[in-house]
Amino acid sequence: MHSNAGMDVNRYLVVERVGKTFETKSGDFVALTDIDLVIRKGEFVTLIGHSGCGKTTLLNLVAGLHRPSEGTMLLANKHIEGPGPDRGVVFQNHSLLPWLSCFDNVYLAVERVFPERKEKLRARTHEALAMVGLSHAEHKYPHEISGGMKQRVGIARALAIEPKVLLLDEPFGALDALTRATLQDELMRIVEKTGATVLMVTHDVDEAVLLSDRVVMMTNGPAAQIGEVLAVALPRPRARLALAHDARFMDLRAEVLEFLYEKQAADKMKKVELKVA
Amino acid sequence: MSAVPLRREITRASPAHPAAAMLTARVDAAKAREIANAAATGYRRTRAPAWLPVVLAPVVGLALFVALWAVVAKLGGRIPDPAVVFQAAAKIFADPFYSKGPNDQGIGWNVLSSLRRVGIGFGMAALVGIPLGFIIGRFRFVAGMAAPIIALLKPVSPLAWLPIGLLLFKAANPAAIYVIFICSLWPMIVNTAVGVRQIPQDYLNVARVLNLSEWKVFSKILFPAVLPYMITGVRLSIGVAWLVIVAAEMLTGGVGIGFWVWDEWNNLKVEHIIIAIFTIGIVGLLLEQALVLLARRFSYA
Repeated sequence: MHSNAGMDVNRYLVVERVGKTFETKSGDFVALTDIDLVIRKGEFVTLIGHSGCGKTTLLNLVAGLHRPSEGTMLLANKHIEGPGPDRGVVFQNHSLLPWLSCFDNVYLAVERVFPERKEKLRARTHEALAMVGLSHAEHKYPHEISGGMKQRVGIARALAIEPKVLLLDEPFGALDALTRATLQDELMRIVEKTGATVLMVTHDVDEAVLLSDRVVMMTNGPAAQIGEVLAVALPRPRARLALAHDARFMDLRAEVLEFLYEKQAADKMKKVELKVA
Repeated sequence: MSAVPLRREITRASPAHPAAAMLTARVDAAKAREIANAAATGYRRTRAPAWLPVVLAPVVGLALFVALWAVVAKLGGRIPDPAVVFQAAAKIFADPFYSKGPNDQGIGWNVLSSLRRVGIGFGMAALVGIPLGFIIGRFRFVAGMAAPIIALLKPVSPLAWLPIGLLLFKAANPAAIYVIFICSLWPMIVNTAVGVRQIPQDYLNVARVLNLSEWKVFSKILFPAVLPYMITGVRLSIGVAWLVIVAAEMLTGGVGIGFWVWDEWNNLKVEHIIIAIFTIGIVGLLLEQALVLLARRFSYA
């Protein structure tokens, strides 16, 4: 796959003193300041925080969809200069192209990345869809499948290009609780199998603790920063049901909740949310 | 979107639902009462099938229309009654493709030459208007440049351009085609530009994270995303073009359904004018329907 000769696996994805300021009509808006984050190869890291704290902005910076206002970012010792297929992005609203079948949606990505013959590309596409359990729906169009299935296709599309890092932006946020749980389990299985490095944005505390090796908790915006980082040393594979009664799991969960609802008590945020609602 | 399959599931499962079972029971009871009534009175009321009013309404509407027309014809004046027109139509459509010189041809040839003009003018408008629409939709500055010109020229009756066409081409036929070109152009430019501006940012983000080539972005994202808007533009254009060709041909002469109407007016064959009106209406309807079908093929809901 990708050659990583001479690369430090402990500093696989490096975000150094990164800040982001947006120019708006009513002046500059500082979304993020002073973000320092180092991710190991094969690590699963989630970003959690109240809505509007800039966690999606940080993910988009790593994806290359935004340019940072200050600081640098490195992936496998290479500067991140813009978007590129070395990062697989799964968007919150699946972002499948509605005029392409599930197969063609994934094929579009595969074809772009691998300079191979057609049969090989097709095989890769089949393989990626099989990994998310969608072999039977390959020729369906996005409007013919459920929300959970669409998100699986999104994951297959991101994985099929064998990215160095998988970037997930609240991938299960729009799904119902049962589907979400199934997809979380599936994601854990896939990550286990592929050894993928993952950076994921979520606002679901259970999801963060269940999936992550580390939970990065962000302070409220504007000018959001990394507040605390919680290491989740639970052994893998993790079983949802067993963990539901596990004292360590409960403690970790409580720690994230405390951060979100005491240290970052959302006084300011509440007003914003009310306005939105 | 995800609610759709779910809803379908519920519908499928409904016979098992207690409320649905109750409903079925109630329907059964009603049916039993009906049968009992029938036995008592010897008279059974049946309910009309659901499709009947759907078919019946237009038939009744058309029948009323023809009746009104017959009344107007009876009241005097020069309007021929439906039976006369129908007989004349039977004669005309028995031999639609005769040709006795340039001024006396069957209605089939007249319709086809009008359609040919519309096709050429309209095709050229698509060739110019759709790429122009893409450029205007993609570049804000070009949109700003084009806005006052389009706003100024769009409300002008296409027939006002006819003298310019005659001046430029010095012949009736290309001038008529040119009028069709002008009137088809605006809806195509405007709708394509709107379509380009409406492309969801998500789709463009997909293109960016995959670093798709310009050609792939165009063929896999821009073009399919804009296609439904383009087809709307095409549909509006062809409607206007078919309206305008009749008037243009009345002015330019030659062979064509518009000219035929004028010719029959000069011959005072009013029943032929009425036949022409229906023919124009039916051809316009068919054009519109064809494009509706096309649009349905390319909508992704």
